[in-house]
Amino acid sequence: MTTGVAEAGDAAVVAPSAAALAPAARRSRRLPAALRALRPVALGLAALVLLAALWELVKAVVPEDGWSIGELRVLPRTTDLAMPHVSEMLARLGEPLTSQPGADPLWLAVLRAGGTSLRIAAVSWVIGVVVGFALALLMTRFRVARSAVLPLVVLSQTVPLIALAPLVKGWGAKLELGFTWEPWMSVAVIASYLAFFPVAVGALRGLTSPDTLHRELFAGYAASWTQELVRLRLPASVPHLLPALRLAATSAVLGVVVAEVSTGMPGGIGRMILEFANFASSDPAKPWAPIFGAVLLGLVASGAVALLGTALRRFRRAEVAA
Amino acid sequence: MRNTTRRARLGLGALGVVGALALTACGGSDDASGDASTGSGGGDGDLTPVKLQLQWLTQAQFSGYYAALDQGYYEDAGLDVEIIPSGGDIVPQDALANGEVDYAIAWVPKVLGSIEQGADITNVAQIFERSATLQVSFADAGIDSVADLEGKKIGSWGYGNEWELFAGLNKAGVTDFEIVQQAFDMNAFLAGDIDAAQAMTYNEYAQLLETENPETGELYQPDDFSVIDWNDEGTAMLQDAIWADAGRLADDPEYAETTVAFIKASIQGWIYARDNAQEAADIVTAAGSTLGTSHQLWMTNEVNKLIWPSTSGGIGLIDEDAWNATVEMAKETSNETGATIITADPPETAHTNEYAQQALDELTAEGVDVEGADFEPLTVDLQPGGN
Repeated sequence: MTTGVAEAGDAAVVAPSAAALAPAARRSRRLPAALRALRPVALGLAALVLLAALWELVKAVVPEDGWSIGELRVLPRTTDLAMPHVSEMLARLGEPLTSQPGADPLWLAVLRAGGTSLRIAAVSWVIGVVVGFALALLMTRFRVARSAVLPLVVLSQTVPLIALAPLVKGWGAKLELGFTWEPWMSVAVIASYLAFFPVAVGALRGLTSPDTLHRELFAGYAASWTQELVRLRLPASVPHLLPALRLAATSAVLGVVVAEVSTGMPGGIGRMILEFANFASSDPAKPWAPIFGAVLLGLVASGAVALLGTALRRFRRAEVAA
Repeated sequence: MRNTTRRARLGLGALGVVGALALTACGGSDDASGDASTGSGGGDGDLTPVKLQLQWLTQAQFSGYYAALDQGYYEDAGLDVEIIPSGGDIVPQDALANGEVDYAIAWVPKVLGSIEQGADITNVAQIFERSATLQVSFADAGIDSVADLEGKKIGSWGYGNEWELFAGLNKAGVTDFEIVQQAFDMNAFLAGDIDAAQAMTYNEYAQLLETENPETGELYQPDDFSVIDWNDEGTAMLQDAIWADAGRLADDPEYAETTVAFIKASIQGWIYARDNAQEAADIVTAAGSTLGTSHQLWMTNEVNKLIWPSTSGGIGLIDEDAWNATVEMAKETSNETGATIITADPPETAHTNEYAQQALDELTAEGVDVEGADFEPLTVDLQPGGN
């Protein structure tokens, strides 16, 4: 009966760590191609196994009531309610969603919900990238725009999503666009609000990264602004842009999950997290399933963007952290 | 060169995947909106479109509305109803007051606060006659009355769900207690962080009874718990009611007519849920709820108990005494910060029996039993995990 903030918080913790788990796409030239392709996968799997082992270790070592310093609990409870065994959580994935005849197995339901959320995240990523890049172009072209817009862009991220969600949903319901405003569109808009930020900032840094020397060379050749943009600024922006795009992808996933919790949109992972909280006491392994789903979403999203990066490899001289 | 082309193709492929995903999202809107959309197919013709905002996710708490949709009662009444579940941050009475929806389901005390803040809305049908809020503790904790809550850690969800608790505490003169913010689950209670946890008869209380007692290896039993029921303590407040836009009711005769039709069909849905609890539970599950089968049936049954038998003259009619009691408590009850829900009496427009009475008259004329005097609740066996 209360808000989904707590659950959303869990997802928020989970999704970025998913990005961190993404195998570093480092290429070693000495290994044969097949092995080279498998390496990140193997490393990723090893990290997962390590994480599972750590989980069980904490469960085995930390007392059931957790560790507290005075009143403050610094390590969580390790009861089967609070931290189910890895094996139980995996086994639960194989069991049916409910005992309703014909109910899907849990893993399939999670994948379905994940597919719904991923599609919405893709839309919000596209919106976020287009809007973010447009803003960056504007800020690169006009110094005035940069002083005026950049603080607003930064400020925009301080508006909490939970305040934004009902607003966007309300606007959507009242818009006259010639088509029905579906709940998923509100979710996509809310998530793109998170996704555009790293793109705007990253693209701006990239577009303004060429040395004075290079810019003066273009000026010396009397190149137009468009020529300078296409031949100098855009190629130079790629190393800054790629990490930003990847950040935008994970932000989009995170935003979709949180917005689903917030607006109660049915069908996606966020709603599943909210709904399964009901079973935290009676079926403790079940609420973890959509959380795994959210992790998987983050991995798939950032993986898709990493693939995109291979096309732009020519321009990736040195990738910088966004 | 060959390498570059291949990579470029890979990248293009990735772009294509993203694009395709985005496109399917646009096209697959039916999929994504799932149970939010109506079941009435094309819905064109002469049907009046109606949006109903619920106050939580799709679950049997709202089985009457889902039954009315599934059984075609809304369609028969000339309505094309879209049921909109809510999530963590959607406030149904705000959505109604902002004109996003036509009707909303919400608790009376919460809406009284919104009305004082300027929301111009009317309670047109009091569906739940009784309160479902409990304060649950372990039987051996010695909390058998409100007075025993003195000095205890009391769980509450907050967000307007806490007013009956505070009314009870105020009434019993309990002043020394600690309010603990409670999550959706009962883990904090089971772990001992909360001495007395808030629970709805139809949901959280069932969650406890679906949980294995580590001492016995069996499910918890009702006698493992001690329950404070606000209906018995005299501080029950009115809960789920249908709210309508007061301004439109006054100015728009068509909306007033729709309101009667909507209440009538909704009541038919609730009567269906009363007489066919299992089918109603299945309808809710089919509408997209993932609650377990036994949990869903338990919820349908408990919600039926809140409605039937109706002692106010028929389902939907607002009992004037109960309304006044809720208003009085809303004015007098102060929470831990000393705030009350409202400071003055709500306007006349805050509630009316006009439309519910018309709906009931029509139903009675058709020979429908709107009081359910013979209602017998089921005995539901809860399964582990509510399955």
